[in-house]
Amino acid sequence: MDNTFHPLFYGFHFYLFGLIAIASAILFVTRKSPVAAALWLINVMFCLAVLYVMLDAQFIGAIQVLVYAGAIMVVFLFVVMLLNLGQPDDLADIRGTGPRLAAGAVGLAILAEVMVLARSRIQGEYAPAAAVELLVPAADAVGGVIAPVAGPLFREHLLAFELTSILLLAAIVGAVVIGKKQGPADAR
Amino acid sequence: MSGLDPMQLEPGLWPFLIATVVKMLVIFTIYMVVVAYTTLAERKVSAWIQDRHGPNRVGPWGLFQVLADGVKNFLKEETMPGEVNKPLFLLAPAVAFTCALVAWAVIPFGAPLPTPWGRIDLVVADLPIGFLYTLAITSIGVYGIVLAGWSSNNKYALLGGLRSSAQMVSYEVAMGLSTVCVLLIAGNVSLPGIIAQQVETSWNIGLLSVAAFLFLVSAFAETNRVPFDLPEAESELIAGYHSEYSAMKFSLFFIAEYANMLTASALFVTFFLGGWDIPFTSWDNTGPATVAKALATFGMFAAKVLFFVFFYIWIRWTLPRFRYDQLMSLGWKFMLPVALAYVVVVASALLGLDAAGIARGTRAFTLSLVGLNAVLLVLLFVILDRGRIISPAASRLERERVERLRRVAAARTTIAPGELR
Repeated sequence: MDNTFHPLFYGFHFYLFGLIAIASAILFVTRKSPVAAALWLINVMFCLAVLYVMLDAQFIGAIQVLVYAGAIMVVFLFVVMLLNLGQPDDLADIRGTGPRLAAGAVGLAILAEVMVLARSRIQGEYAPAAAVELLVPAADAVGGVIAPVAGPLFREHLLAFELTSILLLAAIVGAVVIGKKQGPADAR
Repeated sequence: MSGLDPMQLEPGLWPFLIATVVKMLVIFTIYMVVVAYTTLAERKVSAWIQDRHGPNRVGPWGLFQVLADGVKNFLKEETMPGEVNKPLFLLAPAVAFTCALVAWAVIPFGAPLPTPWGRIDLVVADLPIGFLYTLAITSIGVYGIVLAGWSSNNKYALLGGLRSSAQMVSYEVAMGLSTVCVLLIAGNVSLPGIIAQQVETSWNIGLLSVAAFLFLVSAFAETNRVPFDLPEAESELIAGYHSEYSAMKFSLFFIAEYANMLTASALFVTFFLGGWDIPFTSWDNTGPATVAKALATFGMFAAKVLFFVFFYIWIRWTLPRFRYDQLMSLGWKFMLPVALAYVVVVASALLGLDAAGIARGTRAFTLSLVGLNAVLLVLLFVILDRGRIISPAASRLERERVERLRRVAAARTTIAPGELR
């Protein structure tokens, strides 16, 4: 297989999955049924995974599906189903028009900020040739596609990595402690 | 194939695309036929195990039973229960079926096939992250069951969906951790890379026996097969998550179960049994690729996979179902700690062997790892055998009570009938 770059192919899929992601995200925040909302969120994650793969970050793409869509959202759905939160009427949005408008304004402000920050990168015409030079890693090298992620993670950012894992461990222990706390009536 | 001159790359694209489409069609066809015949094999093997004949009316030896079943399922009435969540009710079988199918895409099923248009790798999609892709797809597969359970608006279906999500998430952890050892040895996440490593050293079932055992057990749980078929435990939940489905929608779940079984077998073969590697000869993986090698390796791969399909069926008609708490305590209190500890052991062993200057692929490397695994396996099965972890009916805690009951029973049998009057 060759690794030549096909701008039309790339561009078509970028806009296709970008649009699907945005549409799914809008559906995600507007659905009233929590199960439907969760499923649209999963769709957003799939689209993000596709975009990662298109950037040749295949490892990140697979992990996106594996961790977010495959584990976290399953637990979300599990809780939603366990608590039987499926009835949309119980969960009608109690917020009024004012807060909604304010939330929309904040969203627009963040979007504008992102676009201003990214302007230097996406301005001008789309420059695929330069991008390919940078983005296509040597997948045949030893370690495959994981080495470019693992190297910096475990060498340069080892301290941050370990601190994050301690933070996560503390959160898990905390969850277990809270989960185990029982009133005198429940105590065995 | 060598890709420096762009003039040589462009003609390679069309043969590649055409070959990929052909491979997809061929694999899909073979896969569906094998899945269909696996359902027949299940009935035949169960009949053999239970000393019956099994289906033998349709065609010679009942071979056309599969067609009859298929036609029946297509012609049956599609029921749509009231108050179901219709989009999700329709989506769920499709999700289950699709996830079962697409996981097969990255599994290499033979040595490369030479053609006039270039060397075609016998794998539908040679992803550099093939391993993670399979894990990701199996983690998505749970949605089919969960959504079916939830959208059916039936308490038994919901319970089945809840059970399956808890079970699959739990055993996915053990499954992922057990395969980490394979990655440690292979140093690669592409499935052809893992097979190449096993060709160089030796099969991972010897080097990583404990991981192979853990993977096999978790694969049973992931595919919802007996003894882990709690999501559809018919004595408790009618038919579990697919209680409300009929005709072809039910059939899709059924196909998905068997397809998952086939995929799990293929993954086990790829990770631990050398994939398409033919044992005790290096004819198949040295020298130029030939058609004979491609066919022989494909046959080898098929034989290994079908053996594990038989193994699945064998287990199903041999073991009873776990209780739900046994299932969860096995997953979290036994499989997960053992898998974690085993990752540490394997990592230290590899580090130690590297430090001792024993290169991978040498006899000393293989023997030391096999010896380590033999010791660990004996320890593991001795611990498992004592009933300390899964707590069967006569566990250690209840031993005194069992003894007392046995004494009572023995006393009863020794009393002659006349003495009771």
